[in-house]
Amino acid sequence: MEEGALPGSAKFRIWRGTPVAGELREFDVDLDPGMVVLDAVLKIQAEQAGDLAVRWNCKAGKCGSCSAEVNGRPKLMCMTRMSSLPLDRPVTVEPMKAFPLKKDLVTDVSWNYEVDRKIPPFRPKAPEKDGTFRMWQKDIDRGQEFRKCIQCFLCQDVCHVIRNHEQKAHFAGPAFFVKLAYLEMHPLDVEDRRALIREAGGIGYCNITKCCTEVCPENIHITDNAIIPLKERVADEYFDPIGKLFERLRKEKAERAALRH
Amino acid sequence: MGGPYETHEHDVLIVGAGGAGLRAAIEARAEGASVALVCKSLLGKAHTVMAEGGVAAALGNVEPKDNWQVHFRDTMRGGKMLNNWRMAQLHAQESGECVRELESWGALFDRTPDGRILQRNFGGHTYPRLAHVGDRTGLEMIRTLQDRVIHTGASVFMECTIYRLLTSGGRVVGAVGYWRESGRPVVFRAKSTVLATGGIGKAWRITSNSWEYTGDGHSMAYQAGADLLDMEFVQFHPTGMVWPPSVRGLLITEGVRGEGGVLKNNKGERFMFRYVPEMNKGEYAESEEETRKWLHETELNQAGKLKDVTARRPPELLTRDVVAKAINKEVKEGRGSPHGGVFLDVASQRTPEEIQRKLPSMYHQFKELAGVDITKEPMEVGPTCHYVMGGIRVDADTAEATVSGLYAAGESAAGLHGANRLGGNSLSDLLVFGRRAGRFAALAAKAVGAMPELDEAQLEGFVQAMGAPLDREEGESPFEVHKALQSVMEAQVGIIRSRPELEKGVAELEKLKARAARVKAAGNRVFNPGWHLALDLDSMLTVSEACARAALAREESRGGHTREDFPETRPEFSAFNHVITRGPEGPVVRREPLPAMPADLKALIGGK
Repeated sequence: MEEGALPGSAKFRIWRGTPVAGELREFDVDLDPGMVVLDAVLKIQAEQAGDLAVRWNCKAGKCGSCSAEVNGRPKLMCMTRMSSLPLDRPVTVEPMKAFPLKKDLVTDVSWNYEVDRKIPPFRPKAPEKDGTFRMWQKDIDRGQEFRKCIQCFLCQDVCHVIRNHEQKAHFAGPAFFVKLAYLEMHPLDVEDRRALIREAGGIGYCNITKCCTEVCPENIHITDNAIIPLKERVADEYFDPIGKLFERLRKEKAERAALRH
Repeated sequence: MGGPYETHEHDVLIVGAGGAGLRAAIEARAEGASVALVCKSLLGKAHTVMAEGGVAAALGNVEPKDNWQVHFRDTMRGGKMLNNWRMAQLHAQESGECVRELESWGALFDRTPDGRILQRNFGGHTYPRLAHVGDRTGLEMIRTLQDRVIHTGASVFMECTIYRLLTSGGRVVGAVGYWRESGRPVVFRAKSTVLATGGIGKAWRITSNSWEYTGDGHSMAYQAGADLLDMEFVQFHPTGMVWPPSVRGLLITEGVRGEGGVLKNNKGERFMFRYVPEMNKGEYAESEEETRKWLHETELNQAGKLKDVTARRPPELLTRDVVAKAINKEVKEGRGSPHGGVFLDVASQRTPEEIQRKLPSMYHQFKELAGVDITKEPMEVGPTCHYVMGGIRVDADTAEATVSGLYAAGESAAGLHGANRLGGNSLSDLLVFGRRAGRFAALAAKAVGAMPELDEAQLEGFVQAMGAPLDREEGESPFEVHKALQSVMEAQVGIIRSRPELEKGVAELEKLKARAARVKAAGNRVFNPGWHLALDLDSMLTVSEACARAALAREESRGGHTREDFPETRPEFSAFNHVITRGPEGPVVRREPLPAMPADLKALIGGK
């Protein structure tokens, strides 16, 4: 829809509540050109509901704070333009469902920080004689892709291992496979995290349905570039060549299943 | 004791977890101090994440002629000589080491053809000096520091807002704040306290700053009796988005110009050629042909195929204060773009592939939020409130404020940038002075011995004051008062100032202070943004008044401070800083002579 074609106002249904009780509440909002969902939510907060809880910071898709489910889809509210939504019906804004609710649109994402802390940190090899490091751009292109991650946790929110099967205790989730992939592919890093990836990280739980990749606002190829190479790396360590063949066949089967899915 | 409230005790309390706070925490832990790191948002979301273009350090990887002396000279000249010379020296000397340190902690900077850290051109820097990761350098930096800090054993308190510093016996002994989630008060007792709270831009309407930038640290230090310095100097970044309205003010990195982007008015004219200041005459290209040659040579140089760039830099790479004022003038004189900005065009200078590789966030931002493809069309840009050069007065070497036990680093501290900050010098500032603040805060804490006692009555008073906007029966909405404040600062204390406007601004701020004291936050204590804003208003009003009063006192134009009624830079204003302290009726501004610069450093700066 063109800017000028935006109707004058829109109806919103926003989740309001605490872990104990809550409901979708209706709000009318006057629209300005170029408005994003976060603008509307903040306008509602300023004019109609001063205690409406919502996280946000940069409003430019760089900090990953304003994650929510807009019309049921995991989105950054600051990057979701009103003109991209059907406005003939109310716009529904709900908190991420994979995490416990705190209040309104704010969820308890502390589990992610706990997972992060368990990942053994970067450990560099010795520098060159002059005390500095050398790396080639072609060797870090992939790592730089992973470092685009803004920790919005939308991939965690949509991952069925976390969302439907509640495997938080045994599974790091796509966001941290991205981090692990960055570390594992870092040209200077010498730490070995394969046991963690396989065991505590539970990479085997992922059956590569690519839901995470689809919702990533940074367009990181989470499944293809991070998860699958990590699966291969773990397989290289733990299985003999014949086992590896089986692993590949299993994976291809899973991929076909994912496509059907 | 912290009264009946949840209380934590550490050697060092660090308020703010952006680049400076994180770097301070790492260093304080390295010195063996126990550390509380407190932040208003989730870890890793601080304002540093929005920094785009790069971190300035004279590594000399692209241009071997670069060194700390040239960086020092550029910083002093960019700051119009009001910088604290010692801070500028330390910054130039230590930023290289700090950037290399980031690399040894896992940062992935873009590379030169021979595998070293690549550096790009930026306004006011003589040589390509900014280490960068495309246009998302801040994200790389904050993630690197965050990844480091979580393994240091520092205690991290997320979504916790500090409201006031606690003082006792003439020193800072900790702070009191509240958990954003529950609204419950929390007390931090500490032997040393570091403020790394960032800037004040949320007091203006058109700003690149987030809700967090409410001047908390500035205001808390001021309330605790510490000196503020040079609060009139606010940087308006020349290139913010102007359309559509919902993204007005959003930052467009100077890297666009560093990568060859040109500024044009509605006549298609490269107007910056007409705005080269006297002090820079002869240093910048004087024709479009020369700028084309510069771009070509720069590309070859960065690819390792050309040793020396002979053409002079395009005038678009003048310092931010100069470019912002030029844009302002073009628009005022009727040569602006349809939505009140000017055109920034990189499409005509670089291939679509280069633009997408070098400026991926900008490409994405315009495509998603404005429906503009910057590989094909120009952007509309205009000035946006971006950074405060003024801040908490600190000792150059130790980062200690003028009240014992208090330290400040990063944007909340003053001195390094003088009257105008060079792009890229902020990220390096965070590293150099975050590290120093962390180290000296930890060393001082060791010397303190036992945990200093609290003033229980003072603490109780602060806790009561925090609850007041909720407890009140009725009152105005804090959102209304904030909106009014932003209008006043935009109109009366904006990019171009004058005595009548500033006086009107000060009078308006008085009225707003009275209104802010009576606001009512609806709802309860649980994650209540209206209540949070009501408390932040107090900080914003404090810094706004300090800024307006210092701006009134500076009857000249220099760097980020422009007076319509005094358009010239006046030599008699070159010799002092403005010190702002808390008086019985508000901020008091006094002059204090600049620290004397040693002759060898003076010689580095040279003529003009």
